[in-house]
Amino acid sequence: MAGLSQLGNSLYRGDVSYNIVGRRKAWYLVSAILIILSIATLGVRGLNLGIEFKGGAEFSVPLTVANDESVSQARETVLAAGETPSTVTIIGGDTIRIQTPALSTEASNALSAALADSFAVEEANIKVQLVGPSWGDEVTQNALRALLVFLVLVAIFLSIYFEWQMAIAALAALAHDVLITVGIYALSGFEVTPASVIGFLTILGYSLYDTVVVFDKVKENTKGIHGGSRTTYSEAANLALNQTLVRSINTSIVALLPVLSILVVGVSLLGVGTLNDLALALFVGMLVGTYSSIFVATPFLCQMKERAAENIALAKRVQARRKGGDAANDVKPEISIGAPIVSSAGPRQQRVKKTRSGRSGK
Amino acid sequence: MAQHYRPGRSLLIFTVGLIGLMIWTFLPGERHTPKLGLDLRGGTQVILSPSVAVGETLTQDQLDQTVAIIRQRVDGFGVAESEVTIQGTGNGAKIIVTIPGETSRTVVDQLKTTAQLNFRPVLAIDFGSPQASASPTPSVSDSANPSAAPSDSATPAASTTPEPTPSPSVSVAPELLVPPIQSPDGSGDFADRFAALDCATSDILNGSTDDPAQYLISCEKDGSVKYALAPADLVGTDIESATAGLPQQGAGGWQVDLQMTTDGAKKFADSTTKLSALESPNDQFAIVLDGVVISAPSVNEPILGGSAVISGSFTADEARALAQVLKYGALPVGLEVDEVQQISPTLGNDQLQAGLIAGGFGLLLVVIYLLLYYRALGVIAVVSLVAAAIMTYLVFVILGRGIGFTLTLSGVAGAIVAIGITADSFIIYFERIRDEIREGKRLRVAIDQGWIRARRTILAADFVSLLSAAILYYLSVGSVRGFAFTLGLITFVDIAVAFLFTRSLVTKLGNSKWMNSGSAWTGVSPTRLGVTSSTSEVN
Repeated sequence: MAGLSQLGNSLYRGDVSYNIVGRRKAWYLVSAILIILSIATLGVRGLNLGIEFKGGAEFSVPLTVANDESVSQARETVLAAGETPSTVTIIGGDTIRIQTPALSTEASNALSAALADSFAVEEANIKVQLVGPSWGDEVTQNALRALLVFLVLVAIFLSIYFEWQMAIAALAALAHDVLITVGIYALSGFEVTPASVIGFLTILGYSLYDTVVVFDKVKENTKGIHGGSRTTYSEAANLALNQTLVRSINTSIVALLPVLSILVVGVSLLGVGTLNDLALALFVGMLVGTYSSIFVATPFLCQMKERAAENIALAKRVQARRKGGDAANDVKPEISIGAPIVSSAGPRQQRVKKTRSGRSGK
Repeated sequence: MAQHYRPGRSLLIFTVGLIGLMIWTFLPGERHTPKLGLDLRGGTQVILSPSVAVGETLTQDQLDQTVAIIRQRVDGFGVAESEVTIQGTGNGAKIIVTIPGETSRTVVDQLKTTAQLNFRPVLAIDFGSPQASASPTPSVSDSANPSAAPSDSATPAASTTPEPTPSPSVSVAPELLVPPIQSPDGSGDFADRFAALDCATSDILNGSTDDPAQYLISCEKDGSVKYALAPADLVGTDIESATAGLPQQGAGGWQVDLQMTTDGAKKFADSTTKLSALESPNDQFAIVLDGVVISAPSVNEPILGGSAVISGSFTADEARALAQVLKYGALPVGLEVDEVQQISPTLGNDQLQAGLIAGGFGLLLVVIYLLLYYRALGVIAVVSLVAAAIMTYLVFVILGRGIGFTLTLSGVAGAIVAIGITADSFIIYFERIRDEIREGKRLRVAIDQGWIRARRTILAADFVSLLSAAILYYLSVGSVRGFAFTLGLITFVDIAVAFLFTRSLVTKLGNSKWMNSGSAWTGVSPTRLGVTSSTSEVN
């Protein structure tokens, strides 16, 4: 704790600074690999869609103990009722879940009665879900429409509140997050249910929320830099990143803790279900979202901004000043993010110790 | 602006507001807990979408009428707090039916029965297939004439016993033999098709339309009997009401009491006068629902008063089902079942508990983290989180009463996720305060300046969060909506708490001597924030 707090001080003053913006090629490479992997996996494996998207029937039969025997018993019961089970799985050790292709309500009633009979449970305790084949398409369509409207409105808002480059950078980070999250779903074979879709949509909100907080600081730090020649746009933005780094870490921890708790509690108490589907999507998405607002959104923003005429001129002035005034320069530049000081992300602890030599952590 | 800020007043407004919400919530005679969704209390949820032919559009009128009929049907199940709601408009509209508690598995069938109801005089009757045996025919009698009714209902009139006919000698193409078969005038191959039809082997087309002006050949529901029927004398809208009940004398089985509209009474009088004079089986009329014969009572006497009793060997369930069909028969549009979910109350309760445990556990972790990291400021964050949690609960209860807001599992998930977003507002504020202190400012100045900077960020970030919640809410159906609503709601709560409560608490605390003592436990100790004596004189 104290370590993080101390790091926060050093980051704020610029004693320790990670050159995040300057290493954008490395981050881009990481993201590009992840995205290519995601797209490739999506293309090859596709997503494991839940019955809500494929259409079908699902029966959850609560038992005292569910084992392999109950799985084969369930299979036989379904076959005896003249239906074909597509999957039979054990959930949470005490529930058996049977999925079949679409059934009529009559057939589903008959099957649920047969299952109740076979497992000697009350029929009312069997959870039944029937989904028409068009339902999933509608959910997906709605989600896509929501996504589109959301993107347009958010782009407008960000362009007004910040500037258009920030809107583009934020949306790029967003696309990055969703793609990678979906890719992880494809890779791991987690089932995609409407709850996961809710999760994906929430990631959109969260990813932007996080980016907005960082950009707000970038906006603050870059205000008025064009009047001087001390710092380039990228350097100012990098300082903003470093200054909000502790906030980003804290926020991510605080946001992830409840989600993690849903995952743990959900898995141990309920097995698979709405809560877990949602939490899983959120967990993955929030991690990726935090990464992208720091390592993708801001470097990308800087790349765009550095092309603007005023920032090119600024960069030239800064360069000239640093070259010409090396000797006469103020000994203590306020922002020491230049390349020489920041060697790497590795030995940060030593730097912290050096600057905070006298005081102990506790 | 800093000197005009009075933390005491904000705190007072917030406290008064919260107490007001509490009084409102715990008004005597109202429910004091949030309304729980089906997935948390068990029950059946059916999502239906009206099926409209390509190129047609569904009018709001048709939709309203359909919902009204479904609502009547649902009310007919007699389960308290059942709900029928519409989401969306036009062809994309969805009808969402929720019936809490344990419900029978036949609910769905009864809901979507589109029921185009016609009363048709019987022309001919036969076994559906050679080995079938016919059930006794119910009879209809005048309920306005009590002397006749009891005797009739006490002895179910098995007036017609269909007689097997020899195997049809005429060959009719099989595709012409799918009931219901309609014919404009009952001539031509009508008789041949009736003779050739085998109800046991041919499936009855479900949901087919039955033009009341045409002749019809069809089967009894179970395929045991087939009918040739004349154009309808009465249609579904001629019936005012139908109720299932036991005869007042208590003798005999269940019966269905019918009440016609004024118009219907006239038609029924004409029809029954005509039918009662005929020989069996022509004295029967068939109640035809969507082209399928539900029942074919025989008419014992002319029924003139517009009220009648259908009696026979009905079980209670059969009588109720028939009454339902008669009463709420005709839906203006067909319905397709999009999704059916049946959750047992036990499972619902388990899910609620898991949600609460997950939420509580998550909150606890966040509290521990905030306390460890922010110390005294962390205490304020925790108190603020608790205030936000209380406020959210109260708003849930009030909205549950007011606009029927139901808390679903995805709503609970939304609330848990919102813990992070709420806590983040405090984190942004605290980090800004600490930034100001690192700049060398005194605590009180840092608190004011930090707020001005944090406020902007909190509002912008919360706005994005609200935007996504609003869009999700308007453009989605079902569980996504519950989630979006909760998320949006809590974002508002977050803003209220951060602006009125957290800020004033921090400001109040900032005025205290101890907070300015520089103790490491305050969370804002200048030394711990790396301010050296050389920089601390800067103000």
